[in-house]
Amino acid sequence: MKKYLPFIILALLFLVPLVGLSSYVMHILILVLIYSLIGMGWNLLGGFCGQVSFGHASFFGVGAYTAGILYAKLGWSSWWGLPLSLLVVLAFSLVIGFICLRLRGPYFALATLAMGEVLRVTAENLNQWTGGDVGILLRERTWVSKIWYYYIILLLAVGAFVLIKKVMESKWGYYFVSIREDQDAAESLGIPTTAYKTLALCLSGALTGLAGAFYMNYMGYIDPKVVFALHDISIVTIMVVMVGGVATYWGPLVGALIMVLLAELIRSNPGLGAAHQTLFGVLLIFIIIFLPNGIVGDFRKIVKLFRPGRSG
Amino acid sequence: MTDLLRVQGISKTFGGLTALQDVSFGVQAGEILGLIGPNGAGKTTLFNVVNGFYRPTRGEVYFKEEKISSYKPHRICKLGIGRTFQVVKPLQRMSVLDNVLASAFLRAGNKTQARERALELLHFTGLYEDRDMISKGLPLGKRKRLELTRALATQPQLLLLDESFAGLNPTEINELMTIIREIRARGTTIMIIEHHMKVIMSISDRIVVLNFGLKIAEGTPREIGSNALVIEAYLGEAQSA
Repeated sequence: MKKYLPFIILALLFLVPLVGLSSYVMHILILVLIYSLIGMGWNLLGGFCGQVSFGHASFFGVGAYTAGILYAKLGWSSWWGLPLSLLVVLAFSLVIGFICLRLRGPYFALATLAMGEVLRVTAENLNQWTGGDVGILLRERTWVSKIWYYYIILLLAVGAFVLIKKVMESKWGYYFVSIREDQDAAESLGIPTTAYKTLALCLSGALTGLAGAFYMNYMGYIDPKVVFALHDISIVTIMVVMVGGVATYWGPLVGALIMVLLAELIRSNPGLGAAHQTLFGVLLIFIIIFLPNGIVGDFRKIVKLFRPGRSG
Repeated sequence: MTDLLRVQGISKTFGGLTALQDVSFGVQAGEILGLIGPNGAGKTTLFNVVNGFYRPTRGEVYFKEEKISSYKPHRICKLGIGRTFQVVKPLQRMSVLDNVLASAFLRAGNKTQARERALELLHFTGLYEDRDMISKGLPLGKRKRLELTRALATQPQLLLLDESFAGLNPTEINELMTIIREIRARGTTIMIIEHHMKVIMSISDRIVVLNFGLKIAEGTPREIGSNALVIEAYLGEAQSA
């Protein structure tokens, strides 16, 4: 059964839009997939390689602006942003890696946090390229129906999932985990830690940038506050992975599902709307204390909880 | 005979503290060289210099006639120097096999080869039965052996062992001595830091003694055992002893 589970989930995800869901539900599903894609990217660097980033919005934003600027300044279709954002984000990751990956642990986290904010302010002020706070608006979106957007982001997410699984089962994956567990030991065992950390950053950034480029196409509008958002992208991404399960393959998907649904639930309740940051915080505390490995990582613990009779 | 490793005039200072001062010696291919000295004598610092974690303040380290004192640890490992740590650093949340596999990748062409190599080494060090254990859960004796296995997986020509015997019981000590002799018999040169005198005297071909960052003696275990300076360093001055 367990062996077929991935294929069952995949089949379900592919068939879901055919049921004729409302545009709102499709939107929610697309958001879930966008956040899973960012989450998978973050998880590769933060979960598997142990380099916790508080600034993944920078990769998301750079990806989104690659698509946006191609459209607004060069008059290309913003879909070119998908392949081209890969190149732009890779180059960007190399620069960021060169600066930030000399730092370890909390210092790396703080440097990435600063990086996200620096980029937001930069984008707000580079009026001639980014349009500043006015943002970039697509005059018309490619499709009115959401179904094609859904299939595109689904394809990207599935591709990212397969890529991460392949990478983690290869030498790269073993090196990433070794670096997470003990950088000095890894270094003395012949692993060029700086090079492999940069590699993890590039892969992670590329996946996140891809999500950003898709976001531009799907939403049709970006501005610096939206795509370089500290709360709504950088922090929510960390929460998605923490809730779902750090360093697990399925964690980002599960986490994204929960976080997006929760955000919608809170937002649709007028009394709670303003308190959604607070509730996220409470949830995070709960997860850290009771399910430190997230829902996927501590799945057995949860199952036990609901079968008190047989838990022994 | 040329030395496999040559440490030449090494000094290392940390701010005002001199950890090593003008230390020179050579390690010949095929020997087991013991490195002893009281606590704080600079033994681990010397390993960190050879291994590339520290750059020497003065002096050079040569391995196979190549100057390595400015290389990074991973490059030195690739050249053929492996090491273990005094405070064991297993990759905690990985299984025993994955630990060894990760280091076997250094010289293996693919995962199958790396896996074969890792399993073979786990047989050799007697950890085969524990291969699926998460290394966090291993008792100290086995964690020390895992460190050794991991270092071996990089196929070193020179192996640096930092207090691999500390905290082991007599049975484990004997097993480990057999393993280390066997590693040497297979052609790996060994430099070992050890406080356990019985072990160091019986296992080493030659011994280098450090005290307060200075080399105070070098010779066979017999010579070292009767060296006045060494006795003084360990037992205090003659009249007070």
